[in-house]
Amino acid sequence: MNYSNLLLRVALIGAAVVLSACERPSPTNVQNGYRGTGMVQVYNDRILDARTIANEIPVSPPAASADGPTAGQAYQNVQVLGNLSVAQFNRLMVSMTAWVSPEQGCTYCHNAANFASDDKYTKVVARRMVQMTQHVNADWKPHVAETGVTCYTCHRGNPVPEQIWFKEEPQDLRADFIGDRAGQNIAAVSVGSASLPSDAFTPYLLNNLDIRVNGTKALPGDNRHSIKQAEWTYSLMTHMSTSLGVNCTYCHNTNSFSSWENSTPQRATAWYGIRMARDLNLDYMEPLTATFPAARLGVTGDVAKVNCATCHQGAYKPLNGQSMLKDHPELAKPAEPAPAKLVEDQPSAKKKG
Amino acid sequence: MAQYQNLFTTVQAVGPTHHGVELGRGNSPRSGEPFIVYWAGVLGNAQIGPIYLGGLGLASLILGTLAFNFIGFNMLASVNWDPIQFVRQLFWLALEPPAPEYGLSFPPMNQGGWWLLTGAFLTASMFFWWARIYRRARELGMGTHVPWAFAAAIWLFLVLGLFRPVLMGSWSEAVPFGIFPHLDWTAAFSIRYGNLFYNPFHALSIAFLYGSVLLFAMHGATILAVSRFGGEREIEQIADRGTASERAALFWRWTMGFNATMESIHRWAWWFAVLCPLVGGIGILLTGTVVDNWYLWAVKHGVAPSYPAVYPAVVDPATLGVVKP
Repeated sequence: MNYSNLLLRVALIGAAVVLSACERPSPTNVQNGYRGTGMVQVYNDRILDARTIANEIPVSPPAASADGPTAGQAYQNVQVLGNLSVAQFNRLMVSMTAWVSPEQGCTYCHNAANFASDDKYTKVVARRMVQMTQHVNADWKPHVAETGVTCYTCHRGNPVPEQIWFKEEPQDLRADFIGDRAGQNIAAVSVGSASLPSDAFTPYLLNNLDIRVNGTKALPGDNRHSIKQAEWTYSLMTHMSTSLGVNCTYCHNTNSFSSWENSTPQRATAWYGIRMARDLNLDYMEPLTATFPAARLGVTGDVAKVNCATCHQGAYKPLNGQSMLKDHPELAKPAEPAPAKLVEDQPSAKKKG
Repeated sequence: MAQYQNLFTTVQAVGPTHHGVELGRGNSPRSGEPFIVYWAGVLGNAQIGPIYLGGLGLASLILGTLAFNFIGFNMLASVNWDPIQFVRQLFWLALEPPAPEYGLSFPPMNQGGWWLLTGAFLTASMFFWWARIYRRARELGMGTHVPWAFAAAIWLFLVLGLFRPVLMGSWSEAVPFGIFPHLDWTAAFSIRYGNLFYNPFHALSIAFLYGSVLLFAMHGATILAVSRFGGEREIEQIADRGTASERAALFWRWTMGFNATMESIHRWAWWFAVLCPLVGGIGILLTGTVVDNWYLWAVKHGVAPSYPAVYPAVVDPATLGVVKP
C-alpha cells in the first residue's frame, strides 16, 4: 500500500470539500480611497455580470395624456391617485400589474365584478404601498436621491418582495436551564451565515437602539457600550454589506469605523437608509398588520418588514442605479400639494403619507 | 547502508520499550504498558506511553472534561438536542457569557451561569495541569521553562476571562466558548474599542508572534540542513561542537553577519513565544480599562497618520438635525 499516494488523495478530496464554499477566482479590485489605506472594493466579475442581468429594468410604456377627466371623477373609490387622468391612471395600473402580479393579473388586487371594491386585502395594501412609494420619493431624497423608487424596486415581478424580514421565532428554551443561544451562535442567513446575532433588524430597523458603540474620546468616560452591543452592530453592518454587495470599505475607512472624516459620502447615504427603513416599518408596514391574512404574517404574527436587501437585492444601488421613477412621475410625491417639508421627527403613526 | 538521520529517514530505530527513569517517594506509578506505533514514529518517537497521571493530572482531567461537557451540552441543547444540527453547526455554536445587566453577579444558569461555571472549572483545570507539569519537570531534574511558558498562555486566558472582566465590572466583556463566536468576539472587541491595531501592545504581540514563526523556520531549517552532519543530535553538538554546529553558525554569520548559538537560539525562541501572550495580555488588559478608543489614542499621540482627503467632506448626518438619529 502506497501511503503517501493515499494521503495525497485524501488531502486533495479534503481541499475540494473545504474550497467548495468559496467563490471561484479571480476577483477584481477597485480602489476607492487614498492609496495604502486598504480602501478597495473586491468584485467578482461573474457575479457582477449575473447581477447586471438580474437588474435589467422593464421597458416603460409611453407616457399617457394628462387630458380628459381625472381618475377620481371617472372611477369610484380612488383615494390616492385620483388627480391623474384616466389614461395616466390606467397606465400606472398596467405597470403595477406587470411589476407586482404579472401572473395573477388585475384580480390579484381587484374584485373582477367591482374594481372599486376594497374586498381584497391586497388592494388596501397596494394603496398604502403607493403612498409609501410617494413618501419615499418625496421625503427620503437624502437616501433615494432623484433616482427614486417604484413598486418594481422591491417587487421585481413578485406579489411579495423576495427580500423581507419577520421577527425570529424565539428560541424554545424548554425549562430555561441549558442551551440559551442569546440570539446568536447559529449559521444565520440574515448575517451572511456568520454566528453573529441573527436578528439585527428588530433593534435597529424597528426599534431605535444605539448603533454607535465607539467612544468619542480616547480614554474611558461615559461610553458604556458592551462588546455584545458591538456584535449586534456588526450584524447590522454585515447585513448592509451583503445587501449591497460591497465591502465595509464602501462606506468606512477601517482604521476607524466611527470616524466621519475618514468615511466615504456613501456612509451618509446609508445613515439615511437606516432611518428610512425604520420609518417605513413603523409608519407603513406595522399599521398594516391587521390588514394582512395570517398566512402572510411571520411566526410571531408580525407583518413583513423592509431592510436594506428589500430594495438593494445585492446591488450597491437598487437596479444598479437605473431610475424608473422618471417614467412614473405620479409616484414622485403625494398627490396633495403638500408644502416642502423636512422630516422633523421620528415619524409617528398618526402621520399618513 | 541505511542510517538513522532525521525525520525523513524511512528507517525507524526501535529499541525495547521502556518506562523511563525511576521516581522517588511521593510519585505515582506510571500508567499503561508502552507500545510502538509506526505512524507515531514518522512524526516523532514511535513509543507511545506510559503516561504519568498522578493526582494533579487526574484532577485536571476531571475538571477539564466537566468544562468541555458543559460547553458541549450547552451547544447541543442550543440546537434542540438535534445531533445532526450539532455536527453541522458545531463551528457556529457557543456557550455565551452573561449579558451586561448581570455585571459581576452570578446569573441564572441559562443566562451565563453555565459560562461562569465552565470558566471556573477550566481555570482550575489549567492550574492543576500547570502544577502537574511543574512537578514533573522538577522530578526529572529539569528546569521549569515549560511550565513558565505555559503560564504565559494562562496569563492571556485569565486576562480575557477573569482579570479584564473584573476590572470592567461585567462578565459580559469576556469571550464566548465557541469556534466562530470567539472569532466574532475578537472582531467585535476591536470594533468596540476603536481598532486594536493601534494598541502598541497588540503590535508588540504580533511582532513576537511573527517573530516566533520566523525563528522557528530559521532554526528548523538550519538544523535540518546540517542534520547530514549530525546537527540534530543537539547534546553531542553541545558537548563536542562538530562540523554541523560550526557550519550552521558560519551560514548565518556569512549571510547576515550574526549567528545565534546552539544555546541562545532556544532562549530566543522561548522569549519570543512567551512574550507573545504576555504583551498581548497587557494590551487587552489596558483596553477599556485605560484606553477606550485606540484609534483616537493613536491620533492623540501622533501614532495614526492622517491621509489627504479624497472625498467631499462627509458630515455626520446625526449632527444636522434633519432626521433624529
